[in-house]
Amino acid sequence: MFRPTSVIAVLVFSMLSALPIHAADTIAVKIGYIQWAPDQGPVLSNVLPEPEDAGLRGAELAISDNSTTGKFMGHTYTLTSKVAESEQAAVKAFEALQQQGVELFVINAPASTLNAMMDKASPATLVFNSGSSDDSLRADECHPNLLHTLPSYAMLTDALGQWLKMRRWSQVFLITGPTAADQAWASAFRRSAKRFGVKIIEDKPWTFDSDLRRTASKELPLFTQANDYDAVVVADVRGDFGEYVPFNTWLPRPVVGTQGMSPVAWHRVVESWGAAQLQSRFYDLAGRDMTSADYAAWAAIRSLGTAVTQLGEADANNLRSFIFSDRFQLAAFKGRKLTYRLWNGQLRQPIPLVHPRGLVASAPFEGFIHPKTEMDTLGLDEPESACRING
Amino acid sequence: MKSLFRHTALAALVGLSAPAMASLAYVSNEKDNTLSIIDTESQQVVDTIDVGARPRGILLSKDFTKLYICASDDDTVQVLDLATRKIIATLPSGEDPEQFALHPNNKHLYIANEDDAIVTVVDVTTKDVLAQIDVGIEPEGMAVSPDGKWAVNTSETTSMLHWINTESFEIEKNIVVGQRPRHVEFSNDSKIAWASAEIGGTVHIIDVDKLEQIHEMSFKVPGVNQDRVQPVGIELTSDGKYAFVALGPSNHVAVVDASTYEVLDYLLVGSRVWQLDLNKDETQLYTTNGVSGDVSVIDVEDMKVIKSIKVGRYPWGVVIDPNS
Repeated sequence: MFRPTSVIAVLVFSMLSALPIHAADTIAVKIGYIQWAPDQGPVLSNVLPEPEDAGLRGAELAISDNSTTGKFMGHTYTLTSKVAESEQAAVKAFEALQQQGVELFVINAPASTLNAMMDKASPATLVFNSGSSDDSLRADECHPNLLHTLPSYAMLTDALGQWLKMRRWSQVFLITGPTAADQAWASAFRRSAKRFGVKIIEDKPWTFDSDLRRTASKELPLFTQANDYDAVVVADVRGDFGEYVPFNTWLPRPVVGTQGMSPVAWHRVVESWGAAQLQSRFYDLAGRDMTSADYAAWAAIRSLGTAVTQLGEADANNLRSFIFSDRFQLAAFKGRKLTYRLWNGQLRQPIPLVHPRGLVASAPFEGFIHPKTEMDTLGLDEPESACRING
Repeated sequence: MKSLFRHTALAALVGLSAPAMASLAYVSNEKDNTLSIIDTESQQVVDTIDVGARPRGILLSKDFTKLYICASDDDTVQVLDLATRKIIATLPSGEDPEQFALHPNNKHLYIANEDDAIVTVVDVTTKDVLAQIDVGIEPEGMAVSPDGKWAVNTSETTSMLHWINTESFEIEKNIVVGQRPRHVEFSNDSKIAWASAEIGGTVHIIDVDKLEQIHEMSFKVPGVNQDRVQPVGIELTSDGKYAFVALGPSNHVAVVDASTYEVLDYLLVGSRVWQLDLNKDETQLYTTNGVSGDVSVIDVEDMKVIKSIKVGRYPWGVVIDPNS
């Protein structure tokens, strides 16, 4: 099937006019960005949909950030982006870009698409997963050249589990939606609950199919009847019914999880550690707030830019080695340097816990200790993962 | 500059054979839009004045009659007359000014415009913008060498030191340092520049004649997670003996031997320590502690923290007026 070439957008930031006196050899860094989001199906809460270009605009900002740095070094960065309409089209675009010589990719797509792409990846291709939180990609479906900038579900739910424990809200009522993602989020939470000593006193699947905009106040109190609990935990990744849980629970209790107070990679309310500057830079570019998907794509391309700046070259294998070395550190507005886990390529990062208009806290929390780094109290630690992508 | 002043101060002291007048410390409170004024003798806040939105970098004019204030969210630099404590002028600053540095000629103000990736040079007497220089992402730290030859800007996301020739207003050299460079401080003789890298956790020592790094320092605060050791502000004693490095959320200030670059001690101060300044005889060091909303006073001879003074919310910069 033919598609007009204009569908593939090419962004080139040519900064050659600003070349400094002491420029090193010119390096042209080509990065491919492919996005594929399956239809989420109809959702009850469709008031504030996720932006369609979530991820893409983060990638564009990172290219611009890299280029500003690059102009002092003689390095240029090019982003070729493709928003695909099916998994097949996404994999095809991946193959086509590889044939054009692109070795560095950021992929914003589900785990199954990533796995299909990695089957077609050449040994020189380095891929950043910015779209899937699936724990299996970090636990057993490992690919040596696949890194992850989006936090896994396990990282998100560990952040929440630590916080619940810290607040001593250790009895929770869990509601899980019907989708595969909801189930994955809920199993990650069950693991976190066990890990941090949080007791799930009720574990109920969401089964109602009525429109809660009319009936939430009647149905949810009954649904959340139980002896006692400290909080209600919602697993509703696509945002179907979860927005109607807060204030409609049987007991007057806070709601946390995918709605209410949520663990996220990024949110507009994060402003410390210079994040205010990143937020305003993003807003100037995109005319909207930066999402977790934008942040993950941004972090991937900034990782590449940081490595190219420090290393002075753009060979994908050498960049990979550098990114996993002690010399690599990513400054990414989360209050500490970020590094990648050697065993599964996951970017270690603090997890903000946010409500729609404010930051509540940022995990990991003091007191949750780890023999190597407290950052590894979030997500699948080395013994919990079968991945050994660095041998 | 400092030593020069010290001599004058000493001369004045000897001539009058009377105790020095207490000097005033000015502290910008980022989230209160105020300036706290502290009497360094009584170590108390004697006045709090309203200034522009989100005040961060502050500095004194070379004749100590004015205080320049980066009012970041007002996109302006305000000029405070110290005698009347009134804002007497605003300067064009470019967007989101964060830090700045005044050339020894007392005229050329170099302003880092964090949101715009430029450094703006303003003539404070004519209010003319003399130049706008493209630098890396999130320009932050600004310093002008005491001999007036170099203006150095740090760009946080680009992780570089940009060396700007103060005659041509052009970048002559870029030096890649650790992640998120925040602050540059020159030695009195303009021969050595100290640059802190907040996320890198390092301080880079640059030979100014060669424009090359000659040493890289790192810090280990006992009992503090290494990730929280984030160097920001740097202050040097004029005798070349000590450097003080504010280590951010580790809540400590490192005392460094300025000739061997060896860390001599870590002093516990308030939460998230950012900037610091010495008083006129360099017996006391003031630090701003953003999260705890206070200023710590360090006795330089004993190397001990002797007092903490409550100021406004998120104190950012501190300067002590040696002339008051």
